[in-house]
Amino acid sequence: MYAQMIKSEATQDDPEKLAAFQARIDRGEKIEPKDWMPEGYRKTLIRQIGQHAHSEIVGQLPEGNWVTRAPTLERKAILLAKVQDEAGHGLYLYCAAETLGVSRDEMTEMLLDGRMKYSSIFNYPTLTWADMGAVGWLVDGAAIMNQVPLQRTSYGPYARAMVRICKEESFHQRQGFDVMMKMCRGTDAQKRMAQDALNRFWFPSLMMFGPSDKDSKHSAQSMAWKIKMNTNDELRQKFVDQTVPQAEYLGLTVPDPDLRWNEETGHYDFTEPDWSEFMDVLQGNGPCNRDRLEARNKAWDDGAWVREGLMAHAEKRRAARVAAE
Amino acid sequence: MTRDAALFEFLCRMGDSTLVLGHRLSEWCGTAPALEEDIATANTALDLIGQTQMWLGLAAEVEGAGRSADDLAMRRDAWDFRNLLLVEQPNGDFGRTLMRSFLFDVWHRRMLERLTASSDPRVAAIAAKAVKEVAYHADRSAELVVALGDGTEESHRRMQDALDRLWPYTGEMTSDDEVDREMAEARIAPLPSELRPGWEEAVRATLTQATLTVPESAFAHRGGKNGARHSEHLGHMLTTMQWLQRAYPEATW
Amino acid sequence: MSNHAPAPYPGTGTPEGKARREWPLWEVFIRGQHGMSHRHVGSLHAPDAELAMRNARDVYTRRHEGVSIWVVPSAQITASAPSEKGPMFDPADSKTYRHPTFFDIPDDVGAM
Repeated sequence: MYAQMIKSEATQDDPEKLAAFQARIDRGEKIEPKDWMPEGYRKTLIRQIGQHAHSEIVGQLPEGNWVTRAPTLERKAILLAKVQDEAGHGLYLYCAAETLGVSRDEMTEMLLDGRMKYSSIFNYPTLTWADMGAVGWLVDGAAIMNQVPLQRTSYGPYARAMVRICKEESFHQRQGFDVMMKMCRGTDAQKRMAQDALNRFWFPSLMMFGPSDKDSKHSAQSMAWKIKMNTNDELRQKFVDQTVPQAEYLGLTVPDPDLRWNEETGHYDFTEPDWSEFMDVLQGNGPCNRDRLEARNKAWDDGAWVREGLMAHAEKRRAARVAAE
Repeated sequence: MTRDAALFEFLCRMGDSTLVLGHRLSEWCGTAPALEEDIATANTALDLIGQTQMWLGLAAEVEGAGRSADDLAMRRDAWDFRNLLLVEQPNGDFGRTLMRSFLFDVWHRRMLERLTASSDPRVAAIAAKAVKEVAYHADRSAELVVALGDGTEESHRRMQDALDRLWPYTGEMTSDDEVDREMAEARIAPLPSELRPGWEEAVRATLTQATLTVPESAFAHRGGKNGARHSEHLGHMLTTMQWLQRAYPEATW
Repeated sequence: MSNHAPAPYPGTGTPEGKARREWPLWEVFIRGQHGMSHRHVGSLHAPDAELAMRNARDVYTRRHEGVSIWVVPSAQITASAPSEKGPMFDPADSKTYRHPTFFDIPDDVGAM
């Protein structure tokens, strides 16, 4: 998921206040920025929303990688609009996190120097045009699994950002699938590209949900606070169940020889991704970790004079107005 | 040159300029100085790509050779491109990108305003849709040029550098040739030279506000809109942009 | 009452402890196409009101969501305090006669 392995923060608040807070959440009330909240709730949310926002921004890069190579004018426009939406989603999420008392620039710096993380999936490269299909279909598909329930999360600004994001995201997965359909009905080379993209993105997509958390204390706390709505395994299973028939429709083979329908459970049995690879990626050893952070740092550093220049002009103008009054 | 041949040339000039600038702006995707700028730059690029579809779509129709807007965009080599030299100049820093947009936007807006009264209703219809988009581009780029020209010492220096670097590419926008005269005679489009006084007045007003100095030289590079001598940069841009269509000519996407 | 803008969160200052010069935060309100009131849609950063307005257009109306925009510096918004929620809002609870359903009008009177 865009927020993976979020550690919940220990809370040492007054038990009575804590109980009242939990009761509000249990009643389905929304927690708003100025409401009392446990420090753990606040810190966990900053980490989770921040990671989600960073994922949107870093996530612009693998798809942005193909904006200048899109094969037709229409594909170019669609892809650019989609990647632009991701910038917007990052922006909405940063704003939601800012209501918790951390500024966007602070969060950006924490991303840039490695104190905060982003989703493992964006450390994989996009190598062919079919990857634009696979990312939309699989990566956005996996993200939606998590984002739809988060519209009901307990923190008001986060829930509202999610509503907006889900509304805008509805075209993202479809455009990905549309690219895949074109590829799968195209030339032999296109079919090969499509299969290759699925081969490379299948397991990294399953990793997006994070390792099993059925015994995790952090997840239990986050679920009690309703900032996590489902277990990782639930969402992963749902994703597999939804995606396998779509792959069949496309005439593609899911790269898992042990994948099969289980009549008894009513779900697909599938192979777990290689969690040691996942941990490697989180440690900074994915195929693109260094490239991604370098690109973000360069953009931030190169843009500093613009941000400062615009600010300086605004201050001069303000001063001139005050002087005129 | 027949009227239709001249019209085809003219439509390619409009469509190639929006295509090349739209592409250049799309190169910023994900790396602009702030999220808000990233989103705004993409909006402009999207407008320009949309306009490209209309201009090149009409060019293909006028040509009548069975080509589409995509064929024109993705299957012509640099010498067949008819965009202004200004828009193919590389992005440079964000300041140079903004200055390039500003100098073009002011011209583009005036050109489109005149084209809304074109004797060719197809041209007038495209211009009527595009002019609203471009009016916004022009306002935004002017505002940012003023702010950065007047901002910090560094932003001022960078904007002045950008202006000095790009100024020699502005003359081409308002120079006339045979195609332009044919279009003017048919009342399809104004003579570019008629746009010069208004363009220059507007540009100078903004640059003065931006505390920038307009270069004195009136020298103008030429060769973009007639395809005679593009810069080296265009070929590299096309190499990227056209790669898939060239590598897999049988495929549909 | 309390200020709407968030207070700095402990432990998230700059590593060097120097003050940041960030673009201020703005709240964005948009009136949709059907004559409804302006509605809060979200926030953004901008150096001044002019650019906040442009950024609002570019960020929040990409899908033709509106026909009019307001931008307000977040720091200028005064918000009701959660601790006063009871006294602020509960008294309105008991004024049920302000709602049309309070009154029983016989069916044979017709639509009212």
